[in-house]
Order: sequence, then structure tokens, then C-alpha cells
Amino acid sequence: MLSNITLGQYFPGESLIHRLDPRTKLLLFVLYIVALFLGKGLVSYAIMAIFLIVIIVMSKVPPSSLLRGLKPLWIVIIITGVLNLLFSQGQTVLFTWRRISVTLEGCYNAGFMIVRIILLVLCAFMLTYTTSPILLTDGLERLLRPFQKIGLPVHELAMMMSIALRFIPTLVEETDKIISAQKARGADFESGNILRRAKALIPILVPLFISAFRRADELAIAMECRCYHGGEGRTRLHQLKYARKDYVAYVIGIVLCVAVGILGRRFGL
Amino acid sequence: MEPILQLEHLNHVYSPGTPFEHRALIDIDLSIEKGSFVGMIGHTGSGKTTLIQHLNGLLKPTSGRILYNGEDIWISKQRIHQLRFQVGLVFQYPEYQLFEETVYRDIAFGPKNMGLDKDEVDRRVRDALRFVELPERILDHSPFELSGGQKRRVAIAGVIAMEPEVLILDEPIAGLDPESREAILRNIQDYHATRNNTVILVTHNMDVAARMSDQLLVMSHGSLYLSGTPEEIFSQTEALEQTGLTVPEVTQICDHLRRRGVPMPRGLYTVEAARDALLAMRGGSSHA
Ligand SMILES: Nc1ncnc2c1ncn2[C@@H]1O[C@H](COP(=O)(O)OP(=O)(O)OP(=O)(O)O)[C@@H](O)[C@H]1O
Ligand SMILES: [Mg+2]
Repeated sequence: MLSNITLGQYFPGESLIHRLDPRTKLLLFVLYIVALFLGKGLVSYAIMAIFLIVIIVMSKVPPSSLLRGLKPLWIVIIITGVLNLLFSQGQTVLFTWRRISVTLEGCYNAGFMIVRIILLVLCAFMLTYTTSPILLTDGLERLLRPFQKIGLPVHELAMMMSIALRFIPTLVEETDKIISAQKARGADFESGNILRRAKALIPILVPLFISAFRRADELAIAMECRCYHGGEGRTRLHQLKYARKDYVAYVIGIVLCVAVGILGRRFGL
Repeated sequence: MEPILQLEHLNHVYSPGTPFEHRALIDIDLSIEKGSFVGMIGHTGSGKTTLIQHLNGLLKPTSGRILYNGEDIWISKQRIHQLRFQVGLVFQYPEYQLFEETVYRDIAFGPKNMGLDKDEVDRRVRDALRFVELPERILDHSPFELSGGQKRRVAIAGVIAMEPEVLILDEPIAGLDPESREAILRNIQDYHATRNNTVILVTHNMDVAARMSDQLLVMSHGSLYLSGTPEEIFSQTEALEQTGLTVPEVTQICDHLRRRGVPMPRGLYTVEAARDALLAMRGGSSHA
């Protein structure tokens, strides 16, 4: 039922992409976003798309599950496209209906916006599909460490994030169980008007909240029993270490970003 | 005896086409007699919960058929909705799905979904409460202020109140103290005896499975490994031990005695039967 929520689900694997340092992947992700917004024309987006496709192929994550992850987003994508199509300024008017006119520039804008969103989302998927949540938060914590000096509670944030990530599958599973149990008592979530459907959610939400609070309580006690006292003086079992492949990846990422930036901003390609 | 539930070549695969693909049920053929008390045992992860979720249409088989009273349950959506009331399923740790403000309303949730009128719902709630031996004054309490054992019984009452033809319970006594355990088992047995309904009881406790069931199903790695009367099953100590299960304690003692040369018959699983066998050996005289 809920198992088709693939959003951000880690796909265990042994590919080169999987084995990159999480910091590398996080920073490359940021670089990719920057490049996406520097790009302007067909050439730069073609380069960006090819780059991403190469990464997807290398990671051996099945494309079908990537596409399935895009499914919940198609409404957002379509709305963005339509808005861009209708409300872009431009010279070459294709046709006019009432006071709304569709221009050639509008079509381009809409197309590029859609490509941008899709590439952005797919790139985010590649990050979370190939990096286990633990490594991801480890990497984030290390990257943000400099900000500790200005009072950002980096360790606490990372801990919160890893707990949240850790509990997503648990809560999904729990929700699944509760839905099944209420269905077994004849609960009907699929018929009736919006009000009835919203009311039908109560038998799911109440037990879910209760169990979430219970789990939070238990976890807090368990952490205290193991003398958890925050990040200070804490050492790690797994140290993050850059390898040669990470440096290579950084170079590729920077070259890509600069190249797309020049192509897009200087030549408008 | 006619079968009430039949499974034909039932297969179930979780998350097909992903790295998490898992064949949870493999080619299960099974027939459950009307009015029987069926015990289901099997090691952790053997597919018991998956199997029983097929019986009331919560899970759809990847392939194979499920017949209720000889009729395929997947012919229409309405059929499935109806089936939920005919095959009542009590989940593992059912107390975690209580949600209403009062015990009364929680037990009434199922009957109300059936579309019954108020008087009938009221009758069923009180009947169900009686089966689980809880006092009527508890009806106005919040289910969250009850003890663990009481919550469990309220949850079971919530399914019993639908008066299902087949009552399925997934490990109803897990994590309870011995007293509550016995009480719940007694309630289930009473229900079975009074209503003459079919009961399927999933349990990890061999003694309970042995003592309560007419028919025993042994699951192992997604397949139906053994099926038969408790006597037939528990005379195969070695086969059971191979799947990581044990036989009831009494049977273990009898096996032990047999190895020491005492000619105990195989497949004894109650203390009474073992006592009678021992007494018979002494020449049939009993001074008890
Ligand atoms: N929603 C699910 N998605 C994927 N795999 C699942 C799912 N539910 C169960 N499984 C797997 O199917 C197998 C059978 O699980 P099931 O819950 O039916 O076992 P069980 O016999 O009830 O075990 P237990 O005695 O621990 O309750 C297990 O290996 C389990 O990991
Ligand atoms: Mg189970």
C-alpha cells in the first residue's frame, strides 16, 4: 500500500556512486543545482541531462523506480509548466485567447522549467538512493561543522535529522499496519465526499500519533541510559575519509558547473 | 464437513521488481473446515501473518485463488468489503489500534461499519464485552486508561462484535502475563464453543497450539510444511525441530522416556494423555 512511496528510499548497492564520500555527493548535488540555474539553452541542459544519465547508469539504480518516484510530483510539474507558458513575457505571439497570449518565449520557458525541475528532483533522488541515511547525516554534520563557531547546533541538528530519517520507514510500516487493522474492522477510506474521507482518517491518525509519542519516549530513555550527552567529546566508529575518486568527482563537478555557467551566461546556449 | 476457506496455489511476493523483493508465500494449498479450531505455528518470518492477511482480502495474492464458501473472494470490491465482516482478523498487538474516546465506541466501530442499526450495535457491543469477561462499567472509560491485558481484550472484543464466521487471531497472547494469557485463551475457546464458528489461532506457544486445536498448520519459509491433527504433528519431533520449532513440554518428556526405554506412544501432547499412558503401563490401576 504505502510501500510504493519510494521518495528518498535508499537503494543498497556497491557501485562507484554508492562508494563516494557522502560529503562529495552532497557538495556535487549543490554544484549541480547551481549549474541548473546557470544554464540557459538547449546545449547546457543537454549536457546536464547527459551527466545525470551517466550517473544513473553507473549507480545501477533501476530507472523504473526513479520514474515511480517522480509520479507524485507530476501535478507540480504540469502547473509550473502551464504558468510559465501563460505568463511569460515575449515578442513572438503564437496565438491570443481573451487577454492571455501564448508566446514562443513562453513555450521555451515552460519547457526549460519542466526539464529543470525533473533534473533537480532526479539528482536529489540519486543522492538519497545511493547514500544511506546514516552516511548522509554524517556527511552533513562534517560539512556544517565550521558553522558551529557561530553558534549553530550542528551535532544536534544532525542527530535530529538522523533520528527522523531512521523513523520514516518505521512509521510507514506502522501506518500500513494500522490501516490494515482498521480495514479489517470494515473501515472504508476510499468512498464518500471529502469530509467523510477526512473523518475516516481519525482511526489511523490517533493510533499513529500515540505510537509515535511512545517511540519518542522510549528512544529518549534508551539514549539517556547509554549516557548520551550531545556531541562534545564524542568519537566515531566510522571516520569519513576522502579517497582519490572523491577528488576526481570534485574536479568533474566543478568543470561541469563552470562550463555550463559560461555556456549559459556568456553565450546563452 | 465442508470447507469454509480454501487456498489454491497461493503465492505472494512483497515489493516485486525491487531489491527488496521477497517471496513470502510459496504455492500454498490449504482447506479449512467449517467449525474447526485451527492452530498455526511456524518460526519467525515464516509467513503466518502474510497468509492470514490473505484470508480476509487485506493482501491480494500474486497468483492463486482464495475461496470462501466455494466462491472466489476477489470477484468484486463489494465482495471484499463484505468479507471483512465474515472473516474477522485480530492483528498482533491489537491494543495499538484503539482510537476512540470510550471503550464502547471502539468496540462499536466494526458493527457500525457494517451498517447495523443502533440497537443491534448495542447488543453486539455488550455481547462481545461479555465474551472477553470485562465489566460493563468499563464501557464509558477511555481505552487508554486500561491495563495492557484489558486493552488487548477490548481490541479482541472489537472484532468479535462483528460476529464473524471465521475468527483469526495473530498471536493474541504475546507479551501478556500468564493470568491474562489464560483468560484470553479461555475467552476464545468459549466463543468457539458457543458460536460454533471457525477459529484460526496463530501462536508461538506449542502447548497452547497442542491443547486448543483440531487441526495444526506448520509454516516454514513461506511454505505449508506440515498439516494434520496435533497428534500427527507432534509425533514428528525431528521434522519440527528442523524448522526451528519444538514440541510441547509433555511431548518432550514422553520422547525422553521413550529414549530411556519406556514404551511411551508417540504424539502425546497433553498431560492427561501422558498420565493415562503411564498408568496403563502400570497395569491400568489408578489410585487417583
Ligand atoms: N510489508 C512487507 N514488505 C516486505 N516484506 C515483508 C512485509 N511483511 C513481511 N515481509 C517479509 O515476509 C516474510 C514473512 O513475514 P510474516 O510477517 O508473514 O512472518 P510471520 O510468520 O508472521 O513472522 P512472526 O512470527 O515474526 O510474526 C518475512 O521474511 C518478512 O520479512
Ligand atoms: Mg506475524
